[in-house]
Amino acid sequence: MEPILQVEHLTKVFHSRGREPYTAVSDVSFSLYPGETLAVIGESGSGKTTVVNMITRLLDASEGTIILNGQDITRQKPKNMKEAYRNMQMVFQTPVESFNPRHTLGDGIAESLINHGMKKKEAMAEAVQLLAQCGLEAEFADRYPHEVSGGQCQRAAIARAIAIKPKLLILDEATSALDVTVQEEVLNLLTRLKSELHMSYLFICHDIALVQQFCDRVLVMYKGKIIEEGIPDEVIRHPREDYTRNLIDSVL
Amino acid sequence: MSEAIRYEHVDICYGEKQVITDCSFSVQEGEILGIVGESGSGKSTLIKAAMGLLGNTGVVTRGDIWYKGKDLPDLTPRELRRLCGSELAMIFQMAGSSFCPIRTVSDQLFEFVKEHKKTTRSEVEEAAADLFEKFGFQDPKRILKSYPFELSGGMQQRVGIAAAMLLKPRILLADEPTSALDVTTQKQVVEEMLMVRETFGTTILLVTHNIGVVRAMSDKMLVLQNGASMEYGMTKEVLAEPQSSYTRKLLSAVPVLRR
Repeated sequence: MEPILQVEHLTKVFHSRGREPYTAVSDVSFSLYPGETLAVIGESGSGKTTVVNMITRLLDASEGTIILNGQDITRQKPKNMKEAYRNMQMVFQTPVESFNPRHTLGDGIAESLINHGMKKKEAMAEAVQLLAQCGLEAEFADRYPHEVSGGQCQRAAIARAIAIKPKLLILDEATSALDVTVQEEVLNLLTRLKSELHMSYLFICHDIALVQQFCDRVLVMYKGKIIEEGIPDEVIRHPREDYTRNLIDSVL
Repeated sequence: MSEAIRYEHVDICYGEKQVITDCSFSVQEGEILGIVGESGSGKSTLIKAAMGLLGNTGVVTRGDIWYKGKDLPDLTPRELRRLCGSELAMIFQMAGSSFCPIRTVSDQLFEFVKEHKKTTRSEVEEAAADLFEKFGFQDPKRILKSYPFELSGGMQQRVGIAAAMLLKPRILLADEPTSALDVTTQKQVVEEMLMVRETFGTTILLVTHNIGVVRAMSDKMLVLQNGASMEYGMTKEVLAEPQSSYTRKLLSAVPVLRR
């Protein structure tokens, strides 16, 4: 089976004037296969988000290659990224901030459909459908992001992300800002959508217990490198690295 | 063991909106009470009320908060001001942002202590260095000379706790002290707070949404939903055999690591 996402020797070095160059991510390689949920865990500053930002091309990679659905997008020009974004969408940590505060949720969801060639009226109807698929009633299409709760807004953000039927959904700490009960609802939604739409998930997280419950495979990052990889149950029960063991022992 | 603080039938409103309804509990000296609930359940409001930190619109509309025979919401701002810091101290989710960003830790600790008692700078620095050492900080002198932003998030939080303990308050109110931290630093902060209790016999009211932290730290726990107390009891018993259906729902939603 061809991987949906293949990352090879990805490296990011930040240069700032008057300081030593800082290597945030160093020689990271992994593959993500269709239908798989791959977790990346590690403490703050370990480079998880930098990896994601390079994959989504919010940051340019210093070295390495990113192959999405068979196509090398490492140096793809921004204006040619539209096709790549059809295959790859993101859900961020703070849902309220990821929507334009002056647009309704419906507008926010319809925007990506319109950008991919749908007529406005159809797009608005589709947005209502998508909200329903994510467990939100039609009236939410007319609400503004600040008028809904964090959990509801995250569902709307997921509705927006799945609007153009991507093959890969990148979830960067998508449930970290939510209460446990709301987190459970969002995870149930993601589990259901995954089987309905045959998506793969790249799941960035620092909650190891959650990874064990939700993911097929896990990468442990530390100081910009992947130090361990495996099936969550095995990594948790038999960690090979001291750092991983320490991380697991710290869970209260 | 005597009683440190007691809430009796407390109602709290922000303007027209009632956020706490009929909350009662009492905390013994040296005891740790964990207050859990979802966002918006009123858990922070509950402990902020003790220090009069409800803002312009927040009022305790009914009930009493008893501390040493005084009803805290009835005190004049001046009387309350005298208690805050020296007898009741509070730490927040982001200790880093409750420090002034442009002055060193040492400057700020001195200012904080001199508000409450006559002291000299070297006395404060010595006391702080002692405390830092007790909590196992490496190089206390460097921390005193640092600006808050030069410390990591976990370190800021630990310095915040140490700062709150400089005046040896009887009660420490902690509002989500570990929520912004990684699991490894979270564990250090939890250990530090347990050491605070061990060393000074401090009573701690801990607000958190992290059930793991409550399990590791608190003797008793209070479960809040929409401003009302759903369950209150010994932490072990509540976690092992929750009586209220809401507590059961909350606990079952927490992902548990299967080791």
